[in-house]
Amino acid sequence: MADKVLMKGNEAIAEAAIIAGCRHYFGYPITPQTEVAAYMAKKMPKIGGCFLQAESEIAAINMVYGVSSTGKRVMTSSSSPGISLKGEGLSYLAGSDLPALVVNVQRGGPGLGGIQPSQSDYFQATRGGGHGDYHMIVLAPASVQEMAELTVKGFDLADKYRMTSMILADGTMGQMMEPVSLDFDIKPETEKPWATTGTKMEREHNIVNSLSLVPEELEMLNLKRYERYKIVEENETMYEEYMVDDADIVIAAFGIAARVSKNAVNEARKQGIKVGLIRPITLWPFPKAPFEKAAEHAKAFISVELSMGQMIEDVKLATNCKRPVTLCNRVGGMIPSPEQVLKAIIDVNNGGVK
Amino acid sequence: MAFDLKNQCDNVAVADLDIVNPYFRTKDSLEDFKERNIRLICSEYANSNLDIPALPQDMYAITDDRTLKVILDIGGDDRGALALGRLAPQINEENNFEMLMVINKFRPLTPDADSTIEVMREVEGAGGIRFTGLVNNSNLGEETTAEDVLKSMEYADSVSKMSGLPVVMTSVKEELYDELNGKIPNLFSLKLQEKPVV
Repeated sequence: MADKVLMKGNEAIAEAAIIAGCRHYFGYPITPQTEVAAYMAKKMPKIGGCFLQAESEIAAINMVYGVSSTGKRVMTSSSSPGISLKGEGLSYLAGSDLPALVVNVQRGGPGLGGIQPSQSDYFQATRGGGHGDYHMIVLAPASVQEMAELTVKGFDLADKYRMTSMILADGTMGQMMEPVSLDFDIKPETEKPWATTGTKMEREHNIVNSLSLVPEELEMLNLKRYERYKIVEENETMYEEYMVDDADIVIAAFGIAARVSKNAVNEARKQGIKVGLIRPITLWPFPKAPFEKAAEHAKAFISVELSMGQMIEDVKLATNCKRPVTLCNRVGGMIPSPEQVLKAIIDVNNGGVK
Repeated sequence: MAFDLKNQCDNVAVADLDIVNPYFRTKDSLEDFKERNIRLICSEYANSNLDIPALPQDMYAITDDRTLKVILDIGGDDRGALALGRLAPQINEENNFEMLMVINKFRPLTPDADSTIEVMREVEGAGGIRFTGLVNNSNLGEETTAEDVLKSMEYADSVSKMSGLPVVMTSVKEELYDELNGKIPNLFSLKLQEKPVV
């Protein structure tokens, strides 16, 4: 057996979830994430796990809620319109402080949109998606290897902080094939003394619930939850920096946009333009520190996105609007080319874009 | 393969019957086929945003036109092969076909002979046609080395022995062809038609 296997991004997520101990998957097919469900359908019955194609996305996320209440690792996956349907369930998971892994392999929107890759669910993912004050840990892979690694990481973080981890990928990441090493460092799962596993007449009942009858108590719950979120912000931010130290121009990009941008950075460097790349791996918590630091020397920032400009707001916030931030984008299922990004770099370098 | 077949016969078509994955389609190579006068039979909606399991409207030409030599892409698993079932009675009746299973030991669901045979039986069950041969296409994408291919020969032999089917060829990316030529029987050089993503 070779060290690596050749996998699609979607397959890598499914296999990594199984390696991480997930034995419960609930979902509903939708392009471009269907292979996650298809892989689970093939493998789960062979390893004593549960694959269930629910009657809808709403049913699937509520099944996730049920299994999570029992303390078991559980996941669902979908693509943009399906994630919208899951929005209510995401809020209930947060309101009940239940861990779960949710995968969004984004497609063009809004509405039914199209099946080609997109990053236009950034706001939905990083601002919550459902109702109420809450956050999810949002992980943005930029390779098939990271699709696998961040899935394992996502389960660990979800359990540790009793939150939903979302893998925010795009159609390209889901469909592309790359060699993957599945040799992960699997940590023992976090103890879950809160899980509803039966009292055996030895303890008080555990109650999993998102309804609070007393407003003062609900306020306290929200405040405590945000104290936990603060710890996540302090400890769990992940990002990659590429040639940022001496950069006059810094690109912000994640997922497939970061891969395209890296090519453009290399080309621009050949032309003598000092440009670098900050690739957020956690989109929430957003890696503010590297942007703050870069703003001390960089003249300008460019946010490269497959959206009408969503992460750009976080880049502006992270840099306190000290430097101009311009947008380089394609939407509707289109991907910016390295040439388009290079042109944006040259324009900014010439001071042509404000 | 289609380009090679076109060098041998006049009336050649490629049919994309994959109803599952609308992302990567043979239609991407439409212009290349047109240039070589190779007919492409694929869903009208391939490469569009319409995500429905549609079959090509001219799919019956595959069996109706008996002068036509057709390469069929039926997808990689039993769900993909389901569409083939519609044509199976005619294909079996004419009995002038080869059905090749492309195997890759580096894929997660077919790492050994047992699992590969399992997928083989599923595809045959769904498509209603028995395989006639194997193509050993074991690869790790861009990272494939000659050593990887050599290591895969034992796997291909096991699948061959268990299934009773011959390994018709071992396909490798063209960069590895010279290194492996002479070391592996029936070596086929693959020229990648589509550029990998950045």
